[in-house]
Amino acid sequence: MKLLYFAWVRQRIGRSEEEIAVPAAVTTVGGLIEHLRGRGPGYEAAFRDPALVRCAVNQEHARFDATLGPNDEVAFFPPVTGG
Amino acid sequence: MSEIRIQREDFDPGAEIAALNAAAGQIGAIASFIGLVRADDAMEAMTLDHYPGFAEREIAAHVGEAKRRWPLLGVRVVHRVGRLTPGERIVFVGVASSHRQAAFAAAEFLMDYLKTRAPFWKLEERKSGAVWVEARESDDESVRRWR
Repeated sequence: MKLLYFAWVRQRIGRSEEEIAVPAAVTTVGGLIEHLRGRGPGYEAAFRDPALVRCAVNQEHARFDATLGPNDEVAFFPPVTGG
Repeated sequence: MSEIRIQREDFDPGAEIAALNAAAGQIGAIASFIGLVRADDAMEAMTLDHYPGFAEREIAAHVGEAKRRWPLLGVRVVHRVGRLTPGERIVFVGVASSHRQAAFAAAEFLMDYLKTRAPFWKLEERKSGAVWVEARESDDESVRRWR
């Protein structure tokens, strides 16, 4: 699964993208967030309050109950502020 | 008849307007808007972050909405990303139509969207440090009136 991070989500995690294999038990965006929080303090800081984070799956807005496949591109970012 | 670009480099407003008039003849009005970086609250610079691909698709969806609402003959949106300092150009919106009412209205509609809902994130730099701008309620008012 390809993960992308933007704005302060990227800053807290310390990278802009990565490729990870997620456990079979992770089937939704919400499940992925819980999984990522266990990967280190940067992830924990980024996802401490998931209500502040928005998500897109394969470049479409997605809710936390959206289901995920192993080859999906999943992006996490703060609410957009416009240009 | 529509072009959407997100780029780091500056743009030439005259060239963008000239490109809008490529289908000369039917076009009776071109409305254009240029947004500049303002030095509010001693802001020294801002850095715009975006999600390549996703941002273009989101903006294209709103350009499509503008075309459904008004009889447009051309739309160009250029938005810069990266680090920008006060006075620099940040966004260009140009709309061509047969008559001025549609051109003015569509340009304002697109700018209200771009300023509030377009998928960009802004990091503002001041002497006190750099802060990510949070989503604002007041800008949402300008979008609500188009519903």
